[in-house]
Amino acid sequence: MTRYFTEDHEWIEVDGDSATVGITDYAQSQLGDIVFAEVPATGATLKKGGDAAVVESVKAASDVYAPVSGTVIEGNDALEGDPALVNNDPEGEGWFFKITLSDTSELDSLMDAAAYKAFVDGL
Amino acid sequence: MSEEDEFELEPIEILELPLDAWHRDKGARMVEFAGYHMPIQYEGIMAEHIWTRENAGLFDVSHMGQLMLTGDGAAEALEAMVPGDISALKEGKMRYSLLLDEDGGVLDDMMITAVPMGLYVVVNGAVKWDDMGYLREHLPDEITINHMDDRALLALQGPKAVDALVRVVPGVDALYFMEAGSFFWGPKTDPEPLWISRSGYTGEDGFEISVPAAHAKALADQICAQPEVKPIGLGARDSLRLEAGLPLYGHDMNPEFDPVEASAAFAVSKRRRAEGGFFGSDRILNALANGPARKLVGLSVEGKMPVREGAPVFAGDAQVGVITSGGFGPSVGAPIAMGYIDAGHNAVGSTLKAEVRGKRVSVTVTSLPFVPHHYHRKGAHT
Repeated sequence: MTRYFTEDHEWIEVDGDSATVGITDYAQSQLGDIVFAEVPATGATLKKGGDAAVVESVKAASDVYAPVSGTVIEGNDALEGDPALVNNDPEGEGWFFKITLSDTSELDSLMDAAAYKAFVDGL
Repeated sequence: MSEEDEFELEPIEILELPLDAWHRDKGARMVEFAGYHMPIQYEGIMAEHIWTRENAGLFDVSHMGQLMLTGDGAAEALEAMVPGDISALKEGKMRYSLLLDEDGGVLDDMMITAVPMGLYVVVNGAVKWDDMGYLREHLPDEITINHMDDRALLALQGPKAVDALVRVVPGVDALYFMEAGSFFWGPKTDPEPLWISRSGYTGEDGFEISVPAAHAKALADQICAQPEVKPIGLGARDSLRLEAGLPLYGHDMNPEFDPVEASAAFAVSKRRRAEGGFFGSDRILNALANGPARKLVGLSVEGKMPVREGAPVFAGDAQVGVITSGGFGPSVGAPIAMGYIDAGHNAVGSTLKAEVRGKRVSVTVTSLPFVPHHYHRKGAHT
């Protein structure tokens, strides 16, 4: 399995032609206390860079974008009852959704862990 | 090419407040607010909010405008623009009031205190320059407006604020809610006078302290050294005031709305209602007599999705209002909001729908505040 990152601070872990998506630890630290998360419905079609989910902190609502195009297999229902999972375990239990990739070549434009770390260090 | 294009716009400089470095040392995340670098949070909005409700939080509100109005008849002159009974205000007493435009729209909300020199007025940071211009335009020339920009303003808020502050500034516990006075702080040989009021904007007991900018850091350090006190950012200030049902100027109040619509009819004093004679008094007295066409109300939100500023509110298919403040209430444990709702739909208990990202969520008109106020009122049983 390989994990990629976007400049909008999503992570995507790819396993064959399916993948799990969430927001990075840096993203959750910038957002602060998460009080609500809205994940996409199973079967929804996502376009790379398009709105995929919503995450709300005490002070503001933010969009989570789809790192790649695909079809949603599953949203993380646990976030509804415990949105703070996104703060506590953003790159694990706090995942947002799983998708089937429609075009694996879209992964080529994403960053690997080292490149993302360099990107965040430069912010 | 229009003429305007020939003028180079100067980049707007974001200014530093006296405690800028102090906030950064404390680990604050700074944001731009009202033209200044301000701390939005230190350890996190939720923790800071809860800490303030249970202990005491120190807020830097030095961005607000501290004005001193002096000259014979200052109170009477100011009454042309505000609906409160300012001339009846006794020394050391303060009053919440509203600065009105000529149509009775609200230009700002403000705290007015009668002091030995005249009137000490605290206005919102985001509109302080406009306020000063407006006051200068409408006050007689013999009334002097002194902008005390050489002073910082700190707010210490929370149930343990009095325990903490009395150790730093003896005697402040004698003040009741909406009273103010001068208190000495520092070494007996060289004490510094501070202007302190028992007031604030969180719904909790607390104080607001006007201190010369040169001494702000030393005072903030001493207050924060008390075990009850942590520094608190603007983020928690906003969630605290929203739970307390207190309007935020520029969001819950603006010149479109008069004081009655803004649910601030209490700021129109009895004598002023009888006599009128202030900007917009015809409109405002009519709204008092006949009820406003729309009104700022509290709204509880079903479920967990926050409903935020700008969300339209519907009764059936008809839009009957708009949300002006909304978010998550950490002490309430649920989303809460305030908004302007049309007459006929704004009674407590009315159930409406707010629209968020194309979805309708149930909201119910609720009496304010969401969290009870805990002011130290004179004569109250506490």
